[in-house]
Amino acid sequence: MIEQLKTFITGELGIAIGIGLLKSLIVVVGALLLVAYATLAERKIWSWFQSRIGPNRVGPWGLLQPIADGIKFLMKEDIIPRNADKPLYILAPFLAMLPALLIFAVIPFGELRLGGYVLDLQIVEVNIGVLYIFALSSLGVYGIVLGGWASNNKYSLLGGLRAASQMISYELVLGLSIIGVVMTTGTLSLRGIVDWQQQRYILLLPQFLGFVCFLIAMVAELNRGPFDLPEAETELTGGYHTEYSSMKFAMFFMGEYAAMIGGSAIISCLFLGGGKAPFGWQLSFVPGPAWLFLKMMAFIFFFMWIKATFPRVRYDQLMSFGWKFLLPLALFNVLLTGVLISAGVL
Amino acid sequence: MLNMGPQHPSTHGVLRVVLEMDGEIIVDLRPDVGYLHRGIEKIAEHRTYNQVLPLTDRLDYVSAAINNLGWVETVEKALGLEVPERAKTVRVILCELQRIASHLIWLGTHALDIGAMTVLLYCFRERERIMDIFENYCGARLTTSCFRVGGLMRELPEEFEGLVRDFLAYFPARIEEYDGLLSANPIWLKRTKGVGVIGARQAIDIGLSGPALRGSGVARDIRVDEPYANYERFKFIVPVGKKGDVYDRYQVRMEEFRQSISIVRQALDYLPNGPIMADAPQIVPPSKEAVAEDMSALIHQFKLLSKGYKVPAGEIYHAVEAPKGELGFYLVSDGSEMPYRLKIRGPSFVNLQALYQMSKGCLLADMVAIIGSLDICLGEVDR
Repeated sequence: MIEQLKTFITGELGIAIGIGLLKSLIVVVGALLLVAYATLAERKIWSWFQSRIGPNRVGPWGLLQPIADGIKFLMKEDIIPRNADKPLYILAPFLAMLPALLIFAVIPFGELRLGGYVLDLQIVEVNIGVLYIFALSSLGVYGIVLGGWASNNKYSLLGGLRAASQMISYELVLGLSIIGVVMTTGTLSLRGIVDWQQQRYILLLPQFLGFVCFLIAMVAELNRGPFDLPEAETELTGGYHTEYSSMKFAMFFMGEYAAMIGGSAIISCLFLGGGKAPFGWQLSFVPGPAWLFLKMMAFIFFFMWIKATFPRVRYDQLMSFGWKFLLPLALFNVLLTGVLISAGVL
Repeated sequence: MLNMGPQHPSTHGVLRVVLEMDGEIIVDLRPDVGYLHRGIEKIAEHRTYNQVLPLTDRLDYVSAAINNLGWVETVEKALGLEVPERAKTVRVILCELQRIASHLIWLGTHALDIGAMTVLLYCFRERERIMDIFENYCGARLTTSCFRVGGLMRELPEEFEGLVRDFLAYFPARIEEYDGLLSANPIWLKRTKGVGVIGARQAIDIGLSGPALRGSGVARDIRVDEPYANYERFKFIVPVGKKGDVYDRYQVRMEEFRQSISIVRQALDYLPNGPIMADAPQIVPPSKEAVAEDMSALIHQFKLLSKGYKVPAGEIYHAVEAPKGELGFYLVSDGSEMPYRLKIRGPSFVNLQALYQMSKGCLLADMVAIIGSLDICLGEVDR
């Protein structure tokens, strides 16, 4: 028995599983750390915009604030409203957080060199990575809709309804806007798309329309301001998570931040060449993951920036903007890309 | 049915609105007020005329000085008391600063309601400086009680003029900053233009006043039409809107920032020397120095402050232009030391009536914008 276990562990499959687990651990822990510090970053960045100081009490420069927040969330009383749909109410935060974390599985973070050993940080290479991501991000809406429904609160319900219509309509734009990328690179694999850009050029300029559509649609998909209608504190008093407390509430937020970080990684991979160093080989001594990280940070900063600057759009305006402007634009981008490819420009 | 408030982040206090909704569209609504009722009018019947003053702080608690002014001028009118020019000018300075502070609260919360939260913190940053000016003058920041029947509570402190001049130099650039953030922002325009429209005729019928009325194109401003204090000395324009939507009301108030700055500057340049209290020993208590030295002055002050002074019997109405609109005091005196009846016409209360006409048939998010554009203060609605 022990012998069998030994051969299994040292065997090919065992090592593969071990490496897979190790990689998952690194990526998930890294993602959760990023989520925690994204909350701090958001508060710090907003405070710079708003001429405030921001958190600075816990640890130097407020660096232990996320940990204090986590402990506080864990210690808080977990309230379930009496008339809530209990199973769904409990399920919803998990549904909101899990898909966001699962997206990290296919993101090609690049390679990490530890001495002579090369660790590829992408957990699995799926040849339909893009489809996988869309499947998961569509699942993300269920957490919010169910949370809004199960709370049995009218504000939450309105928030859930808004989330449903908003995320489903912007999902279309999101999907259409990357068709141009897929057409150009000829692959649905994220690794393939990144490799294509590594070898040739980044797709930011050739796919600029697609990039803009994708970026706007992603803000809406992530429920970030100015498209944070499902939350809309000042209208819906928090929307779908009005009734949530304690760790369940925190999970909605972690889901939102994880989705934001994952989304930044995806857009960096699709349009900015992932870990590709800018300005050619001169800067390529910096490892790829660091470049990807920097690009992600730039997008995260951008999301926080627009939230701090713009007012919130109205529900019907958001829908008409999506359907009447972004969707045709994304379609036009597909057409344009097709024309350019057949003309041999791309 | 949706019960919005009394605990809701954008009903500006404890306003409750019972909404009948069809999805996101408001089919019917019924504002419900009274959650902040403290019975100020009734309490006033058992207070001497001086003791009513602190109560007025609690009406519209973000523009206390203007409420104070409304009350002391009402009593002065009833007494037939003439106030020295210097006191009047200081009153104008403080009231216009208070107007800016109140409008800053409006702008910040209005923008926050629509989702632009940075503006709120910018506004509070500037308001802080006005608060400092008030603290420098009277020691209080919010509930100032800074005027007295017959004049002012004290002479201006030395640093006062410098503080105000600093603020005047600092603030215009800040207005441009808000303008840059909001006035041409496409999302802001989409959220405010054509929302909550009320025509001039209807606005007058409801009894709107202040920026809410001027947004509909009616140039009525009590500072110009029935000047009080010494507003007739200062030149300023009364900005008006055209359509009467949320955006017009926004523009009117933004322009009032600039006008108030101009009034404060003129008043500061004009500020004459002279006494700060009227020469009326029967009403104005003797100076502190006199009280410290003179026995009869001490007795006189004690009698005046404990028993109060008599106001001739009769009825009187006096209104001032508060940041929210026409703030009127209707005073019935029976000739005793306390008001027989005091009715306060709070502009927020009257303006709130337009909420129904403005927001029927619009979306929930629009109603939040409309409440913000009406600039109500529940302390004044409920009194």
